[in-house]
Amino acid sequence: MAYKVEKASEIAENIFEYWINAPHVSKNAQAGQFVVIRIDEKGERIPLTISAAKGDLVRIVFMGVGKTTKYLSTLKSGDYVLDIAGPLGHPSEIKKWGNCVLIGGGVGIACLPILAKALKSAGNHVTGIIGSRNEKLLLLEDELKEDCDELVICTDDGSKGFHGFPADILKKKLEETNIDCVWIIGPAIMMKITSMATIPSKTKTFVSLNPIMVDGTGMCGSCRVTIGGETKFACVDGPEFDAHLVDWDELMSRQRIYPAQEKESLENFQEHQCRCGEHHHE
Amino acid sequence: MSKRDVKERIQDFLEVDEGISENNAVLEATRCMECVRPNCVKGCPVNIDIPGFISAVAEKNFRKAADIIKSDNMLPAICGRVCPQENQCEGKCVLGVKEKPVRIGALERFVADWERKNGIQKPDIAKPTGKRVAVVGSGPAGITAAAELARSGHSVTIFESLHAPGGVLTYGIPSFRLPKEIVKAEIDEVLSLGVELKLNHIVGRSIPVDDLLSYDAVFLGTGAGLPSFMGIEGENLNGVYSANEFLTRVNLMHADSFPDYDTPVLRGGKVAVVGGGNVAMDSARVARRMGAEVFLIYRRREEDLPAREAEIANAVEEGINFYCCANPTRIIGGPAVTGIECVKMNMKSPDESGRPQPVPIEGEEAKFIIEADVVIEAIGQSPNPLLISLIDALKKGERGNVIVDENGMTSIPHVFAGGDIATGAATVIEAMGTAKKATAAINEILK
Ligand SMILES: Cc1cc2nc3c(=O)[nH]c(=O)nc-3n(C[C@H](O)[C@H](O)[C@H](O)COP(=O)(O)OP(=O)(O)OC[C@H]3O[C@@H](n4cnc5c(N)ncnc54)[C@H](O)[C@@H]3O)c2cc1C
Ligand SMILES: Cc1cc2nc3c(=O)[nH]c(=O)nc-3n(C[C@H](O)[C@H](O)[C@H](O)COP(=O)(O)OP(=O)(O)OC[C@H]3O[C@@H](n4cnc5c(N)ncnc54)[C@H](O)[C@@H]3O)c2cc1C
Ligand code: SF4
Ligand code: SF4
Ligand code: FES
Repeated sequence: MAYKVEKASEIAENIFEYWINAPHVSKNAQAGQFVVIRIDEKGERIPLTISAAKGDLVRIVFMGVGKTTKYLSTLKSGDYVLDIAGPLGHPSEIKKWGNCVLIGGGVGIACLPILAKALKSAGNHVTGIIGSRNEKLLLLEDELKEDCDELVICTDDGSKGFHGFPADILKKKLEETNIDCVWIIGPAIMMKITSMATIPSKTKTFVSLNPIMVDGTGMCGSCRVTIGGETKFACVDGPEFDAHLVDWDELMSRQRIYPAQEKESLENFQEHQCRCGEHHHE
Repeated sequence: MSKRDVKERIQDFLEVDEGISENNAVLEATRCMECVRPNCVKGCPVNIDIPGFISAVAEKNFRKAADIIKSDNMLPAICGRVCPQENQCEGKCVLGVKEKPVRIGALERFVADWERKNGIQKPDIAKPTGKRVAVVGSGPAGITAAAELARSGHSVTIFESLHAPGGVLTYGIPSFRLPKEIVKAEIDEVLSLGVELKLNHIVGRSIPVDDLLSYDAVFLGTGAGLPSFMGIEGENLNGVYSANEFLTRVNLMHADSFPDYDTPVLRGGKVAVVGGGNVAMDSARVARRMGAEVFLIYRRREEDLPAREAEIANAVEEGINFYCCANPTRIIGGPAVTGIECVKMNMKSPDESGRPQPVPIEGEEAKFIIEADVVIEAIGQSPNPLLISLIDALKKGERGNVIVDENGMTSIPHVFAGGDIATGAATVIEAMGTAKKATAAINEILK
């Protein structure tokens, strides 16, 4: 059985939003969980965070970085993906924390809407801080304005909002007010650096780890990460963990097991795409 | 039985053992003495009427032979290939005392392969009972349970978290030992009984526990999928795999055909495999087929290797280098693996299992390093905790298994379990045997 992409759109530069018909996922999806997608028979299984769920539809938002995500980005509304499994992973710890700050970096911003909604309905005051390199890479601003009590936008180059990093805003907020819980979701290096801001105040800080996965169900150990000196499987024990316990260097090193293969795979794909493109023009 | 030439077979993933011809099967069948109190049957976990089917083979009545086998074993083409016959049926055959036991496994496989070629007969299905049964997991336990329950007239749905059914038969055991067409054929046969298969459904997540428990009966066959790691230094270096990951990448995701298939795997010039069971042999032989020089490290003696005899012999022939009486102490490198440090082991008096207890030899001289760019740990799997940890009322054992009574019933009266989730990592045929018992009990409560 294949699953229909009901709506596919590019919502920022090289960032895509898909609504996929997958009731088994959408009906049970909670904040913090993810899906595993396989596009076709020869495809790799890749994990993508659940960004929203509505009726039978589940939303994913992804950036075209390598073969699979670039190939995925060529699908159009009405196309199908062969497999979508989920929801996977532990849901975020939703309860009445008080003052929550949610930080999204780059495509990690996509993880915030579902989380913000859940935290707000649990009675929290939610501040969103989203950051990207420049204005063209910002996403879901309008939606997050609705979902959060307050939304701060940052860009590295100052093309929109605050000129600087979400970490700068977080530091300021920590000085100004009492913050009970922080979520930081984005590239590993961004999560590592940003979460340093909450170490002095020992503010509870969650990050969503993104090691390389295969099954996403706890069966292979590909996704193992070290948390407080203990090995955990991010797909079943996480993906959210206490930021202050994460072995970041190991995570970042394990994200780079296959650089040569990733390059080969992408080049192969792009070459093939060019060739197919030529055929179209004939 | 003819085996493909070593030089040829280490270049591909085609089946090593080509089976026996019809003539040889009939000839082998005539060796059986058709014992009145057949020991072999006691050795078979599902008590197949072995002399019965063998005498049908001797009469060249292969259809009858197939029917006899199938009344006790739904998946004979698989069991004939992967059962550890030397510890089971063949190990008990009286002829084994003086000469060689009857090659029961090879005959079973022959019959099953014959039936597949000549058209499988559909079993009778009872009138619909209107009862709904959920089967979780599509490994040998789940498939067997689904088939039995469907034949009893229940409406059966199998939920499988992966994108392909079969459990270990699909993602674990490589095709050179168990061709995937065979697994597919056996599963298709079960589905043809009207069983519904829902892939990509993780029970406990895609199917909430309450929904699961709302079925009239539930069978849990979620297997022993949780890989163990040794807990030594260097284990999270790049290039260290659990056997599950390595085998899944190749068998399920076809990383051997990268970049035609998208999933990568590190091929490794030198690969060290830790362990001595079937999982270790499979990992070693897969790595060998992808061009590596392979070293297998096992803490006890060669004669203690728990893998199937035939596969140890195949691994030796295929040039796997065995380091027995050795145990890894740390993995070296950074960020990628460069080697594995081991210590030589001494054998002390046997433990309860009858195998000698390995103890590390003291001193630096007992240590040695094997160069490797990939390390595969095949030191065991425990029961998959994902679902069972979400069902509070389920009693679990110390080894993480689900506790069941002699009928496979769990602490929840309409929930049954069988296979590795109940027994801990065992064998295909035991998984099927426990599943059959559980389905008989399910039929009782659904009456
Ligand atoms: C729990 C989780 C949630 C994620 N959510 C999102 C999301 O919502 N949006 C998004 O754009 N990305 C997300 N990612 C990252 C996404 O999975 C990778 O970008 C994708 O797998 C890259 O595949 P590729 O073939 O396009 O790129 P490749 O060229 O194969 O790889 C590029 C980089 O992506 C990472 N990667 C590659 N394969 C995998 C894999 N199987 N599993 C995990 N990471 C891999 C590696 O670090 C690699 O260096 C998530 C990752 C995880 C673990
Ligand atoms: C590499 C390897 C080689 C082996 N070689 C042999 C051999 O030669 N001979 C032999 O007899 N035995 C062998 N075994 C052991 C044998 O394969 C197992 O004992 C047998 O497969 C157990 O069957 P099972 O049905 O209990 O579980 P499995 O085969 O493990 O199947 C369990 C299934 O349940 C699914 N699942 C788990 N949780 C969920 C969930 N929550 N929702 C939905 N689905 C779920 C899994 O994805 C999996 O498909 C080998 C094992 C391995 C790993
Ligand atoms: S099922 Fe296994 S143990 Fe039983 S007779 Fe067949 S090969 Fe032997
Ligand atoms: S024990 Fe051996 S000889 Fe006797 S019935 Fe069984 S297979 Fe035949
Ligand atoms: S991805 Fe396989 S265990 Fe986490």
